[in-house]
Amino acid sequence: MYAIGIENLTKKFNGFIAVNQVSLNVEEGELFGLLGPNGAGKTTTIKMLSTLLNPTSGYAEVAGFNILTQKDEIRNSIGIVFQDPALDIKLTGRENLEFHSMMYNLGREFREKRIKEVLELVELTSKANVLVENYSGGMKRRLEIARGLIHRPKVLFLDEPTLGLDAQTRRHIWDYIKKLSEEDVTIILTTHYMEEADYLCDRVAIIDFGKIVALDTPKNLKDSLGGDVISLEIPDQNSVDFEKELRNYGWIKGISKHDSFIDLKVENADKRIPEIIFLARKFGINVESVNLRKPSLEDVFLQFTGKTIRERETSQNETRREMVRRRMGR
Amino acid sequence: MKLINPIAIYVMWLREMKRFVRAKSRVIGTLAMPLFFLLFLGLGFTNMSLPNMPENISYIDFLVPGIVGMTMLFTSMFAGISVLWDREFGFLKEIMVAPVSRVSLVLGRIAGGATTSVIQGIIILLISFLMGFKISTFSGFVLAILFMVLISISFIGLGLIFASKMTDIHGFSLIMNFVILPLFFLSGAIFPLENLPAMIRYISYLDPLTYGVDGLRGSLTGISQFPVFLNITVLIGFCLLMVSLGAYFFERTEVE
Repeated sequence: MYAIGIENLTKKFNGFIAVNQVSLNVEEGELFGLLGPNGAGKTTTIKMLSTLLNPTSGYAEVAGFNILTQKDEIRNSIGIVFQDPALDIKLTGRENLEFHSMMYNLGREFREKRIKEVLELVELTSKANVLVENYSGGMKRRLEIARGLIHRPKVLFLDEPTLGLDAQTRRHIWDYIKKLSEEDVTIILTTHYMEEADYLCDRVAIIDFGKIVALDTPKNLKDSLGGDVISLEIPDQNSVDFEKELRNYGWIKGISKHDSFIDLKVENADKRIPEIIFLARKFGINVESVNLRKPSLEDVFLQFTGKTIRERETSQNETRREMVRRRMGR
Repeated sequence: MKLINPIAIYVMWLREMKRFVRAKSRVIGTLAMPLFFLLFLGLGFTNMSLPNMPENISYIDFLVPGIVGMTMLFTSMFAGISVLWDREFGFLKEIMVAPVSRVSLVLGRIAGGATTSVIQGIIILLISFLMGFKISTFSGFVLAILFMVLISISFIGLGLIFASKMTDIHGFSLIMNFVILPLFFLSGAIFPLENLPAMIRYISYLDPLTYGVDGLRGSLTGISQFPVFLNITVLIGFCLLMVSLGAYFFERTEVE
């Protein structure tokens, strides 16, 4: 049995397709990542899987239960950490955990034991009796992760668990998530941070415009690109001939152009840079900067969508702003 | 899953209590308005004789039950609408994904809201004693508590209906100005309804708070326009309607 099975899941909002025919399976005990830009449909997918939203069409099972007909069973067997904080800030950390445990109908002894355990896990024992309104962003997030675990869920959803946190706190949260994955729980994590998905996840599904464009282990995804990436920055120049010439070289495995960058996929790239620069000179192209890197998931995203994740987010924000403008104008 | 989950109702109630005890400034804020009405109307109209006032009753005795009703109306509507604040602060999602029936969530919220409202109503009543208000009988006091509970549950239900239909708190001032204040002024809380032109007086008979205030006045001072039995019946009917509708709409709330 899969922890999660999704078939052709689709969600439309007023004609806008947020999630488009998504199908995937998640194994029990897996740490699975949904990676994509803001607005790609990750959170909508999580909301459907956690019974907060009904799908427009399609089918999904969570922990063996149907998301349409067995909502209660699902609510009992999942834990969620939402993208935005969902704590009662007028209660203390411990009271938030107690509220949750009682809502999930845990007996007093088990409840007290678990609250102690999860507080220790996220190192908040000493702050447990402080009102949550006095917590920092990182502490709130840790408390939410702790809360999501109290009732021993089979599946834990983490929606952008490190959004808006500073680098150091993010590292901390990553450590907790790693620690969790050793417990007997399946974790579904959404993120738009490439390095987060790379570092944490067993498998990653890359989502763009509500569709899955790639799904594999981070290593396989990166290996599929074949070699290192050389990025040449050549602003405002016609590079058609240059690109044509590059295609004649067998050691260049791939060429892609986006904005003012040309990305080349090359093995042993460090040895090839002089040659490439020389070639560019010959075609009269002024290379402003050269960047050599091992392929990251960012490159995988670029490969499958033709855009970097940041470019995608910018263009989507513009589309959204345009839609709002049109609606207001009406 | 049980439709009525006593533990969940208790937890929701407990949460309201904890928040109530901690939010002293908020409580003072909500009590200030009825208190000022009581104080300044009470002092200002002490020696004035309003037309159509019941005989043998001073204006302050007439006013106090009205102000208690006002307190019930305001605090209860706020308690119902407070779902919106939970939505704003994200806590609604935590409540909505819990394996608890929505009916239990509604009942828990009503239990919590009604308790805090009645406490505030009693505080107003105690303060009015200092201003010379006297209760006619002890059984009247008990009956008044019953009316407070009924008024409170009704308007928490109404607040829930609004909260379920609104997605943010921006519509709140609309509700304040176009729902809460008319309900208050048409209830006969501060003047006898007989003074209103016939048209408006008939409208005031549609205001459920009219029966709440009249019931409170009857039980606290012994003088009322309608029989106690009628007041209780109308309120219980309205109460059931509001709670069912509130639960119905809350059930259908999606969390964006």
